[in-house]
Amino acid sequence: MCFTQNFWSLLISGLADGFLYALIALGYTLVYGVLQLINFAHSEVFMSGGFAGYFVLQATLGSHTTSGWGSVGYVALGIAAGAAGGGVVAFLLERVAYRPLRRRKAPRLAFLISAIGASYFLYNIAGKEFGHNALEIPAPFTNLPWFSIFGAPVQAYYVVIAIAAISMLLLVDRVVSSTKLGKGIRAVAQDAETASLMGVNINRIISQTFVLGGLLGGAAGFLFGLNAGVVYTMGFTPALKAFTAAVLGGIGNVRGAMLGGLVLGIAENLPMGCVQTAWRDVIAYGILAIVLLFRPTGILGERLGRAA
Amino acid sequence: MSLLQLVDLEVRYGAIPALRGVNLSVETGEIVTLLGANGAGKTTTLRTISGLQHPASGRVLFEGRAIGDVAPHDVLALGVGHVPEGRRIFPQMSVLENLEMGAYRRRGNLREDVEHVFSLFPVLGQRRRQEGGTLSGGEQQMLAIGRALMSHPRLLLLDEPSMGLAPLVVKAIFEIIARIRSQGTTILLVEQNATQALQLADRGYVLENGEIVMSGAATDLLGDPRIRAAYLGETAAH
Ligand SMILES: Nc1ncnc2c1ncn2[C@@H]1O[C@H](COP(=O)(O)OP(=O)(O)OP(=O)(O)O)[C@@H](O)[C@H]1O
Ligand SMILES: [Mg+2]
Repeated sequence: MCFTQNFWSLLISGLADGFLYALIALGYTLVYGVLQLINFAHSEVFMSGGFAGYFVLQATLGSHTTSGWGSVGYVALGIAAGAAGGGVVAFLLERVAYRPLRRRKAPRLAFLISAIGASYFLYNIAGKEFGHNALEIPAPFTNLPWFSIFGAPVQAYYVVIAIAAISMLLLVDRVVSSTKLGKGIRAVAQDAETASLMGVNINRIISQTFVLGGLLGGAAGFLFGLNAGVVYTMGFTPALKAFTAAVLGGIGNVRGAMLGGLVLGIAENLPMGCVQTAWRDVIAYGILAIVLLFRPTGILGERLGRAA
Repeated sequence: MSLLQLVDLEVRYGAIPALRGVNLSVETGEIVTLLGANGAGKTTTLRTISGLQHPASGRVLFEGRAIGDVAPHDVLALGVGHVPEGRRIFPQMSVLENLEMGAYRRRGNLREDVEHVFSLFPVLGQRRRQEGGTLSGGEQQMLAIGRALMSHPRLLLLDEPSMGLAPLVVKAIFEIIARIRSQGTTILLVEQNATQALQLADRGYVLENGEIVMSGAATDLLGDPRIRAAYLGETAAH
């Protein structure tokens, strides 16, 4: 009974969360593909995107309101700003926190510690600079329901997320499957040394992979912030969930990250008709624990460097 | 000027020396073979030429230019193609994508080059959409060679192309190597299959414990009793 209650609206919010998880999860999976490294500072890439979007909209939109194409333009601007912010931070992260360790052939644990250090640094500096309260992104569109699906109201926000995320997911899928960058990423993921014998500059590919993941994660940070506001701790939970999604789909697997994100978003939202919202995160991390225990290679398997 | 010259080359893994004062040269248009038992340092030699390993001392000269410190992707761009030990096909890329990887640094239309590879190895043309990892060992070796040709190398390094292959396939691959040379590519061939390598090559070197212990014209080496005892007897078991 309780499952059918609010089914459609829970599915819609599940999809919206899922799209965000998918965008963030791609950052984990792409980097894992080329480096076999979990970039635990990716949560702060996400956060940086949120703040970048906030500041750019704050500066351009201020307290004005927009409608129609103007709103579309502002959302696009916010996404672009978020993506740029995420891309820049991801690029710097790789340069500062990881590359020096790679050059020294440091053990795996050193990368993990460096990631955690970078993460703490970034979010504490954000907390110090931007305060400890959530900043509201000036909304370029109304919060009222736009239309309804099977009686479930759909806000413009959900439409924005769906359109933005689907376009980015399709785009990144194409990049990985058929561009030179994508081939380079897959070659490095499958056999980095041989890729270098083919003329692939491994360091450059790694850098570009971080940036690609950063663009997606940063854009997701802005989209998240549109609804929830931006604050220095905003990255923690969504990024951990997205990591779960990446593992669920098969870490290193691009389409797996997309699928894992959507599955997780829906799986943690649908039961909300039956249980209190406090169970949401319990369900999500329960899924992570179960996947790690019983199918550590995820739904689609750990197919390194593969598009699907 | 030699196309490739190794001068007093020393390479170490940590503190352990793998190459100890290797001198070797390859002239344009030659096939030179580098022979030696397991662990002699053959692969290390090729890896050092390609920039995967860097010399502790001594020099690697390609067309007179010192490339000992150059990164692998830049060595490739200078005109060195490397068919690595164990083939190292990208397992989850199609035959066609593997070939495209070989031309990673080039722009423009690859059709002609792909067709050229398919003319050398027709079986690859039939399997162009198949994943590299699902090819047979012989097909993978052909693909590895074809992939290296896609960069138009002036010097092609081949690391034990006969390894693990049936005699008929080995014969076919050696014929292709001769053809590649006749089309203008210089070849440095690492082999344990000494007889066939020496029959194909112009000159040869023998590596033992990281040192060149013998070198000369292939026909002389083929007739040398020490070679016959040490390598030809041994390779009969392959
Ligand atoms: N990565 C490495 N780390 C440490 N030692 C290595 C490494 N690679 C090779 N060696 C050592 O260097 C020596 C030369 O190895 P190399 O692979 O060059 O020999 P090879 O002549 O190619 O042998 P094979 O015919 O078995 O392929 C060997 O003693 C080997 O154990
Ligand atoms: Mg070897």
